[in-house]
Amino acid sequence: MVHLTRRYRFSAGHRLHNDALSAEENRRVYGKCNNPAGHGHNYLLEVTVAGAIDPATGMVFDLVALDGIVAERVLEKLDHKNLNLDMENFRTQVPTTENLCLEIYNLLRAPLEEAGAERGLCLDRVRLEETSLNSFEYVSGHAGGRKGKG
Amino acid sequence: MIYVTRRAEFSASHYYHNPQFTPEENRRVFGKCSNPLGHGHNYTVEVTVSGEINPTTGMVLDLKDLKMLLEQEVIRLMDHKFLNKEVPAFADKNPTTENIAVEIWNLLAPKLAHGELHRIRVYETADLFVDYYGE
Repeated sequence: MVHLTRRYRFSAGHRLHNDALSAEENRRVYGKCNNPAGHGHNYLLEVTVAGAIDPATGMVFDLVALDGIVAERVLEKLDHKNLNLDMENFRTQVPTTENLCLEIYNLLRAPLEEAGAERGLCLDRVRLEETSLNSFEYVSGHAGGRKGKG
Repeated sequence: MIYVTRRAEFSASHYYHNPQFTPEENRRVFGKCSNPLGHGHNYTVEVTVSGEINPTTGMVLDLKDLKMLLEQEVIRLMDHKFLNKEVPAFADKNPTTENIAVEIWNLLAPKLAHGELHRIRVYETADLFVDYYGE
């Protein structure tokens, strides 16, 4: 089992705000990310798939297929969009990078695992850098072969 | 438990081809990577070793030893080489980043004197890398 990671980039706007909190609480919890007019980031996305190497090709998954699925399911939906207004799930959920990681995982898991079913492909990890100083990752725990942390 | 990582770089050429495929299949499956004249990359290898800190030295292992091992076993074998033609492991196996990571694990694991080999990461480009944990 090997883990293959590919990096992608997209730019999007968002505002961190929870309607259930008071205006004062929102400002306290989210600070400048609560600015009513919103703000944006250049996100760096890492998608990690895990599976067995196909002996006929030496590959875990076709990179062209991976790029196609990520472009169609994620980049076209998120790039140059307002996450709060353009994404159905973020009308009710705060578009933090944590939630965005999970959202991207959920958008990608079925199409990737279906396309790689022959080789038991698993979407292992989605890692997202909001800026070069913050990153968030969701590790599925479904893939084997990852010993401990690191 | 502490994880120590050492990085090294090598430059090599390769192409992807399966002799059992027709020329058309090879082009379809491997795309521009199937050009038989080869093409090249600057690869980065990260070797991560896990272990306990030796109380006398404060170190998990001597990084100089790891650097030399990497140089002798991997860099000397692959740097400025045509992987398909000059690295025996790839005589009958595509030198994909996946297979390179597994091969580097197999080269280093039996030779590591201290600590346990935890992970081999190979970057083919800054936007594409493979991790292998030995199983």
